Order: sequence, then structure tokens, then C-alpha cells
Amino acid sequence: MNNQDKTNLSPKDYASSQEVRWCPGCGDYAILKTMTQTLSKLQLKKEDTVFVSGIGCAARFPYYLDTYGFHTIHGRAPAVATGVKLANPNLSVWVITGDGDGLSIGGNHLMHALRRNIDINILLFNNEIYGLTKGQFSPTSRLNTRSPSSPEGSLDSPVPPCKFALGSGASFIARAIDKDKKGLGMVLERSYEHKGATFTEILQNCIVYNDGVFNDHTGKEAGLDKQLHLVHGQPMLFGEDKQFGLALDLDLSPIIVDAKKELSKVLIHDETNEMLALMLMNLNTNQFPMAFGVIYAKPKNTFENDFHQKQNRFKRDKSVLDILKNGTTWKVD
Amino acid sequence: MSSDQEKSVIIRFAGDSGDGVQLLGSQFLKTSAESKENFLTFPDFPAEIRAPAGTTFGVSAYQLQVGGIHIASPGDKADVLVAFNPAALITNLQYVKESGLILVNEDTFTERNLSKAGYDKNPLVDGSLGLFQMIRLPISSQVGEALKDSDLSKSEIERTKNFWALGLISWMFDRNIDSLTEWINNKFKNNNISNANIKTLEAGYSYGDIHEIEQKIPKLYTSKGAFDAGTYTAIKGSDAMAYGLAAAVEITNIPILFCSYPITPASPVLHSLAKHKDLGVETFQAEDEIAAICSAIGASYAGILGVTSSSGPGIALKTEAMGLALSAELPLVIINSQRGGPSTGLPTKTEQSDLNQAIYGRNGDAPIPVIASSSPSDNFYTAIEAVQIAIKYMTPVLLLTDGYIANASEPWMIPSINDIPKLDLVTNTSTEHTSQAKAFERNSETLARTWIKPGTPNEMYRTGGLEKDVLTGNISYDPANHQAMTDLRFKKIACLQQDLPEQKLSRNNGSKNLILSWGSTYGVIQETLNTCENLNADHLHLRHIYPLPANFTELVQCYEKILVPELNQGQLAKYIQAETSREVISFSKVTGQPFTVDEIKERIVGLEGTK
Repeated sequence: MNNQDKTNLSPKDYASSQEVRWCPGCGDYAILKTMTQTLSKLQLKKEDTVFVSGIGCAARFPYYLDTYGFHTIHGRAPAVATGVKLANPNLSVWVITGDGDGLSIGGNHLMHALRRNIDINILLFNNEIYGLTKGQFSPTSRLNTRSPSSPEGSLDSPVPPCKFALGSGASFIARAIDKDKKGLGMVLERSYEHKGATFTEILQNCIVYNDGVFNDHTGKEAGLDKQLHLVHGQPMLFGEDKQFGLALDLDLSPIIVDAKKELSKVLIHDETNEMLALMLMNLNTNQFPMAFGVIYAKPKNTFENDFHQKQNRFKRDKSVLDILKNGTTWKVD
Repeated sequence: MSSDQEKSVIIRFAGDSGDGVQLLGSQFLKTSAESKENFLTFPDFPAEIRAPAGTTFGVSAYQLQVGGIHIASPGDKADVLVAFNPAALITNLQYVKESGLILVNEDTFTERNLSKAGYDKNPLVDGSLGLFQMIRLPISSQVGEALKDSDLSKSEIERTKNFWALGLISWMFDRNIDSLTEWINNKFKNNNISNANIKTLEAGYSYGDIHEIEQKIPKLYTSKGAFDAGTYTAIKGSDAMAYGLAAAVEITNIPILFCSYPITPASPVLHSLAKHKDLGVETFQAEDEIAAICSAIGASYAGILGVTSSSGPGIALKTEAMGLALSAELPLVIINSQRGGPSTGLPTKTEQSDLNQAIYGRNGDAPIPVIASSSPSDNFYTAIEAVQIAIKYMTPVLLLTDGYIANASEPWMIPSINDIPKLDLVTNTSTEHTSQAKAFERNSETLARTWIKPGTPNEMYRTGGLEKDVLTGNISYDPANHQAMTDLRFKKIACLQQDLPEQKLSRNNGSKNLILSWGSTYGVIQETLNTCENLNADHLHLRHIYPLPANFTELVQCYEKILVPELNQGQLAKYIQAETSREVISFSKVTGQPFTVDEIKERIVGLEGTK
């Protein structure tokens, strides 16, 4: 029986017949699962959904979904996805990339897809390492990361993905954790609903080459004291018992206050406020929690909307030969 | 100038890149077209946009040949040179015939300009130009005089001098200037400027009348062309390419997304397409060359046709993505307007040196069809053919043109859409499979896979640059499968070869000598064979370079000598030797300039000598 005949598609209906080949325990499994759940929740038509990826472990993602899928070349997925969306704006287009694919070899395309605000959803699986090439440091690896290509520690400062997106002019920026079904699911839904380019950084654990790199914020021991889950219009509270609040000092530097006593001082999350977004991205995560959820979302006109309005959606209502004949011509009898 | 029956004149305009020389040339071309003259033009401009005034590296030139039946090149050396300053004179003298006519703006021959150009003495007075007929024109002062009552600034007045020269040249060739006046009125929004340009145009024209005798300004005549009945336009190569793509949409009914990144000399195709709406071709200026080809590939994946266009350095950047399109079996057209290389090379000069890059320049065994345009108007037809091959065979196609073709103009009879050769665009309608495998069902004649478009229910499939199973399209690292897929990619090329039209000779005199050429050299070779008497050679011009036409090898076997002229170090020559095991004589030139009739003629004569 064809899936299309079903009125309700389950998460399993979105999975392809291909055997998943990530390392056992890889964070990618959890992301894939939350994705099929989200697709099912949104009941997206499989035929109208396209996953485009570049190169890397994350880039195998499209093979495991029974939607349209295109596994392209290193770093170029946003450019390919741009062409897909311009050709057919009715498609829901998702880009799956990683820290190397999206921020190193493909940094340029990521920047331009974001500032152009074309309606594609970009998911960057950040594991702070090159996995598929066996563990070299990546553009998000922390300083002094020891790896096969940096035995004495890496020398270059990491690029902060969300700040890169903000600087590029993204209209939607979110952060989530691979195994956090609820948080990641919410962010995926929101990014689907957002018209324009969305950027989501997913902290994804590489169990082989960089295991536990996010444990300070995502590990069981770290707990909720180290995670600030943002909700638009709600105070920025965190901790097991929501006992902490994020506030600003007189010099505008962030401080942590006792939310039980000083709730009025606690900042209210406004995802349309670019300054708040920058502050949240800049939090020194040694002292402060890391911000998760939709950090910034401010819709603006999408590229394909203008493109198709100005350029008439590939309509043809005249012949090029008539244009030529109406130009400067002369007749020979 | 040739014999009376076949009278053509070669004119060269040269000046500072800000002097409006290109505009002058293209407007003179228009008057020639209106007089039903044959013509071919060759703009020769520097890479600098506005180099410092008066310097030799800032000189821009525009050459055209007008008149006669057989001209198919901008001509060798000029019969007439118009030089706007000493730098233009010193750099362009080499392109003027002995005893040729030189018109100079004598007002610019100041000590400062002379020294900037590298003259120790004033060549107008020191007798060094004795071999030429020199006409000294006070263009700057004449322009000043004509506009003495105008409100324009001094520099604005000076800038009208190209129209003065256009007026004088129009007088010399007995052209009607009414249409030029009309054009000026439409072109310049500012009334003061358009009035001033018209005034100086008329002043230049009447200067000829008044000074005909005292200054010995000659009247020049050219013979009319021999044209079939029809409606003609002056077509520039880059425009022909753009119009060809639009016509391809009309024929195939498949819209085009044209994705490009600005580069010389390919950008005019982008400009030409961006100007027009409602033709079913939309343009997208990407952030770089790689994004341009990748977005084109994305468009093809989504079910319309992606086209990308660039020049050598940009094409180099696109090579990895070409491999993706080949591996994923998506239709794609890649246009290369070749320029001088390697690296940044000679951006504004012409060359045919990207042939090897086109045939071989990818990782892996990656066969991609290569076709080449032979003239400005031929771009129209090669664009249509490239689109059709790409769609029919589900393959990227490389279309080679070059800077000379892109910028040159020629008269062209506007065809009817029904006269354009069409390929039978077969599509698979079998419904044997659903989902993934359906996209990998193949047409038995072309071996093309099925072009499934996202949005189609029940046929969702995944593909990419990893090797695919020959039946299901799923990832496969199986050794025998990779052999089968590689064989399949080459078999597709063999199918295309059987589909190509039979290769014909462009000239068949039963000679034992063959001129074998490709690309933009077609015109100059034809002109040489048609205008020089007693040349003993046949001519074969290749449009389909990879694969070669099926009858090609047999066709060339009967020749004793095969001369291969090309604007590179012998790339086609080596390719032909490898493909046919035939020895050929390479005739290469890499000066950034096209071949001249004299050069071709000399080599053909040379063939006889070594017999």
C-alpha cells in the first residue's frame, strides 16, 4: 500500500529502507528519530519535502528518509538547496550540514544563504571535530584540541556558529541538543514554520572522536543548572527548580540572580531583540548556562518571494524571436 | 581593399578607454547594417576599466570589416585607423596596412601626451609616418567650436568627440545619419547631452563636406552583401547565447534557471538574460562560481533546467560540481566563454585553450559531452543543442565559446522557431517501479535515467555523488557495480555519438589537404579559402568535439596532410591524434588575438610547399 493513501503518516513512514550506518551511540541517531517524529507531527507530504546535504557523517541523513534527498558535495548544500527552492518554492527544503561542511569549506555559502533569507531550513550538526576523516580538529574545535593533525593542540580560535549566523543576517537562529527530543523537536517545528532561512545549531556528540565534549552543558551531571531553555515572552529562568534567573548588571554585563527573590530583575526573552540574542550567544559558559531554543527570530521578506514576484515564476508569454524582430532589424527582399 | 566586385574595408577605432570607442564602433556598424553591408566586428579592449588618460595600457580599440560577400572575420590590418591620441596611435600602428589611412585628433598631440605614449618626437611632424596617408583633424577644437554656446562643462564637451568622429566616418562612407540622431535621442536622458552629441555628429559630418578637397579626405565605397531574403539583425555573440537559451525553453517547454557569477568575458550573457522577462529564463547571481553551478544543479534536481556560464578560471572552480551532475545524472549546461590563460591570464583577450579542461578536466572517469560555437550567431544554435542534449541524455554538457565570439557582431537572419533543428526528447513513462528505483529506470536508446521531479508522489528517491547501484540507485561500493556504472557513463556518450548529425566538410574540393578546425576560427578560415585564389585545401570544422561524430575518423583518413589551426598550443591536434591515430600538423597561436587571413593563407600555401 502506498504511503500516500494513508491519511496519517507515522514516524516510521518517513524512514527509508536503507540501513542506518552511523557509529553505534552516535548523536545522529537521536536527531534522525526526532526528525521523523517532527515530520509525522507536522504531517509533511513526503513528495514535497527535500533534504539536501554536503559531505560528512551528518550528510548521510537524506539517505535514511523516504522523502526526496540529494547528497551533494562538500560545503555546497546551501547553494544546491537555493537552486531547488528557486526552481520550486512549494517544496519544504532542509539542509543537513556539519561544523566542517558548513563553517569551513562551505562557510561562504552558509553566510550567503542566511543573508539572502531564502526559505530553507539549515541544521548544523556541531560535534566540534571532523568525524568522517577520522578525527582532525574542525573550525568549531576549542583552542588546543589535540587531534591527528594537531598533536600539540590546535592553534586557531573556534568560530561560534550562532554568532556567525547572526552576523550573516539570519532571521532565525536556534540551538538544541541531539538527545533532547522535546527541545530539538520544538526547534525543528519552529524552523519549519518560519518563512525565510533558519539556522539551527545542534550539539551532537561524536562518540568516537570527541566523546563528551558538550558534557559540561548536556551531560547528566551538568543538569539544568547549565541549560537556559528560552521561551519567547517568558523570564529567563534555569536550574532544577527554576531558582536562577539571568539578568543584566548596570554595565549591561549578564549576572545570575536568585529568581525566587528577585524575579522582577530577570530578563524576559524577546526573540526579536537582536541585542538580547547577541548577549545570549556571548554568555561565557564557564560561569553561565548555555542558551537553548529559539534565540533569535525576526521574519523578514524572503528571497524567493521577491525573486518570483519580480521575475514572474518562470512564466513564458512571449517568443524570443518576437523580441529580436522588434529590435533593430533590416529587411532583405 | 579587395577587388571591385568584392570591396570591403577594414576600419579600426582606437582611443582612451573613456573615449567611447566601443560605442563609436557599434554605432558605425548600425549604419553599415542599414546600408545592407556585410560586416564583422572585433572589440579589443583593455582589462582596465578606466586606465589613466593618455597611457598605452588604457587604449581601447574596435575593429570592423564591412562590405563584400565573403567576409567572415574582422579583417587583418586596417585600411583606416582613427586614433584619438598618441597612445592610441603608437599601440595601433602595427594593425594598419602599409599606405593605410590614418586619422588623428591632432589636438591631443601635446608634449605631455606624447611623452606618456613614449614618443620622443611628434610623429605627426617628424616624417616617421611617411608610409601612411595621414589626415590631421582638430577634433577637440572642432567639438569646442560646435558647442561653444552650450551649458556643458569642458570635460562633457570633450566627451562628445566620438560622435564627431562618427559623423566624419559616416560622411566618408556615405552613410545616413538620421537613425544615429534618433538613437542618440533615445539613449541619453539628459537633453543637453543628447543635443550636444547630435550637434557634434552633424559637425563631423559637414567637416567632411567642407574640407574634402583641401585636406584630401577621401570618400570610401564598399560593395553590398549577398543576403538571402529575410529579416536581419546585427547579433552579438553573447546576446545570441542568451537568445538561444530562451529559444530552447520555447522548444523544450522546460524553464531555465541561469546561475552565474560575474567574470570577463562571460558576464554579458548574464546581463542579456537579466534584461528580459517572460521568456521562461530567470537569472540568479550567486555568491561565487561554485555556488552558481551548484544552484543550477539544484534547479535541475528540482525539475527545471540549470545553466551556468563562466570563463576558464571560473570553470576550473566548477569542476567538482560538474562531476556531481554527471554522477547524479542531472541535465546541466555549462557555458565557457574562453579567455587567455593560465590563471587570471588575459581576461579581455581571446583564446581556445580550455579545450583540454573541457574534455578531461575532472576527477575520475568523467565523460561530459563537449560542443563548440563557431561564430556569434552560432551561439544561438549551440545553446539550443546543448540544452537538448543535456535533457535527452540526462547529462551535463559543456558548451565552448570564446571572448572573440562573445563580443563580435555579425548580420544574422532571424530564424523561425520551426527552422531550428530539434532532438526527439524522449521521456520514460514506464511504471514498473515506485519510489527509489523508478528514478533509475533507463531509456533503452539513450541510457538516460528517468528525470523524477520532487513534488511527484510515490517516486521519492535519494541520489548524490557516491557511486550508485546500477539498478536501484542506492549507495553501492560493490567492485563490479562501479565497473558497470563507469561503463554505463561511457556507453551514454556512445549513444550520443550515434545521435549526432553526420560530419560534413565546409569545403570539399577533393584536395589532399585538410584544414581541421573548431570554434571561433571558422570565420577567418572560410574567408581565407573564399577570398584567396588557388588555395588547395578542404575544410572540416568541428562542432561536436566530444564525442566526435561517428563518421569523423573515416572522413579524415583520406587526407595526406591535416592542418589544425587553433588559438592554443595544439590541444585539438593532440586530441585528434589520440582519438584517430592520425598524424596532424599543429598550427598554434596564443597572442590573445584571433588568426588573420594572411596567417592562415601562408600556412595553407606552406602545405603545398612541403608536398
